[in-house]
Amino acid sequence: METRGLTYRYPRRGVVLDEVDFKLEKGDKVALTGPNGAGKTTLLHLLVGLKKAKAGEIHAFGAQRHEEKEFVEVRERAGFLFQDPDDQLFCPTVLEDVSFGPLNLGKSREEATRIATEALESVGMAGFEERITHQLSGGEKRMVTLAAVLAMEPDVLLLDEPSNALDTKARWRLINILQSLPQAMIIISHDDDFLEHLANRWVRLEGAELTEDRRLATPELAATAV
Amino acid sequence: MAQSFEHSGTSWKGQKLKHQTSLIDRLDPRLRVIVVSVFALLVVLSDSFAVLSLGLVTAVAMAVLAQLNFKRTLRRVIAMDMFMIFLIVMLPFTTPGEALFSVAGFPASKEGFIHALKIALKANAVVFCLLALVGTMTATTLGHAMAHLKVPDKLVHLLLFTVRYLDVIGQEYKRMRRAMQARAFVMRANLHTWRSVGYLVGMLLVHSLERSERIMDAMKCRGYKGKFYLMDDMTLQRPDFVFMACCVPFFAVLFGLNFL
Repeated sequence: METRGLTYRYPRRGVVLDEVDFKLEKGDKVALTGPNGAGKTTLLHLLVGLKKAKAGEIHAFGAQRHEEKEFVEVRERAGFLFQDPDDQLFCPTVLEDVSFGPLNLGKSREEATRIATEALESVGMAGFEERITHQLSGGEKRMVTLAAVLAMEPDVLLLDEPSNALDTKARWRLINILQSLPQAMIIISHDDDFLEHLANRWVRLEGAELTEDRRLATPELAATAV
Repeated sequence: MAQSFEHSGTSWKGQKLKHQTSLIDRLDPRLRVIVVSVFALLVVLSDSFAVLSLGLVTAVAMAVLAQLNFKRTLRRVIAMDMFMIFLIVMLPFTTPGEALFSVAGFPASKEGFIHALKIALKANAVVFCLLALVGTMTATTLGHAMAHLKVPDKLVHLLLFTVRYLDVIGQEYKRMRRAMQARAFVMRANLHTWRSVGYLVGMLLVHSLERSERIMDAMKCRGYKGKFYLMDDMTLQRPDFVFMACCVPFFAVLFGLNFL
C-alpha cells in the first residue's frame, strides 16, 4: 500500500493531510501516532476509500485505486478494525457477525461458519458463537471484532486504537494475538507501551505532515508474554 | 418525561421474554407470523359479534397456551386499551341513532355503543393473539421470519438494526443525561430545561446519525455489497403441520360466519 501526495481537508477543520507520501512494506508493523484530531483515522479511511482524497494517489495491492469500485477489492484484502467495537458488531449474534465478512466474499454458509468458528478460536473466543453481541463486555467485543476482521483473511491490517478501553488482561491478550499475526499492519494508538510491543516502525502525523519517527524506534524489543 | 424516554430506550434489554417453553414456542416463526396476520385480517374485517367473541376467546386461549406472564400481558393489553378509551367513550355520543341514555343532555346512541364494543373486541382479540404468537419470539427471530417470508429487505434490516442499536442509543442517552445531572441539572418547567432537553435530543440524533455512518463504513470494510445472508434455516416440522391443521378449519369457520 502506498500513497503519493495524498491530501485531505475537512470543511471546517482545514487541511489534515498535506501531500502525504507513505509506503507500507511487507512485514511492516507501523505505529501511527500523533495528537488528537491530527487525521490518523482519516488517513486509514482514505486508504480503504471510505473517504475520498482531495488530491494525490493511492496504490494498493499492485494497482492505483481511485473509484469506489476499485476500493471494494482493497477492503476485501485489508482488515479494518474500528475504534468503537459497537460500530462493527451489528449482527444480533457473534457467529453471524463474524461470518458476515466471509459471506460477503462469496463463501458458502457452511464454509463461512467454519471460518468464523476458527477465527473465534484463534482469538480465544471459542464458545461465544451464540452470544448476543450487545451483551458482551468491552474486551469481548474487541476480540470478536478482531475475529471478524481476521475471518476475511486479510493481507494487511489497519487497527484504529485497538487497545482503547481494554483492561490489563484483555490488553495483553490482544498484544499476544497481534504479535502472532504475520500481516503487515498500521496501528493507531496513544498507548506507547502497547505500541512498543508490536511496532517495528514509527510514524508520526502532526501538522498535516507525516514523518518517520526514529527517536522512538526500538526494533529489537523482545516480545513479552504474560 | 425523562422516565418515559428511559423506559422505551433501555428497559428492553435482551428482548428475551422470560417464560417457560410452551407449545407455541415450538412452532415455526414464519407460521406464527402468517397465522396472526390471517387471524387479524379476519377479525378486523368482521362485523358479527359471533366472530368477534369467538376470536377473542381463541386469542385468550392462545395466550394461555403460550403461558404468557399474566401480569405483564394484562399491563400491555391495558396500555393498548388506554389508547382507545377516548374513542370508545366518544363513539356513542357522536354516532347518530336510537338514544340509549344521556349524559348532561347529550344522548348516547345504541349504534355508537355497539360500534365501540366491536372495536374494543377486535383490538383486544388481535393484541392477545399477537402477544401469544409473535410476542413470544425475540425481535431477531421475527426479523428472520419476515425475511424468509420475503418481506422487503429494507423493512427487515430496519427492524434488525433497531433491535441491535436501540440499546446503544439508550445508553448514549443515559450517559448524556448523567453528565447533565453531574453538572447539577434538574428538570423544571422552565425555558432552560426545555432548551437543554432539546439539545439533548438533538445531540442524540446527531450521534445516531454519525454512528450509522460509521456502521455503514465498517460494513463496507468487510465487503458489504447490499446483501444480507441469513444463517438459519427454517423448516416446518410436525407440530407446525398439526397447528396448521387446526388453524385452517378454524379460519374457514370464521370466514364462513363473516361472509356467507
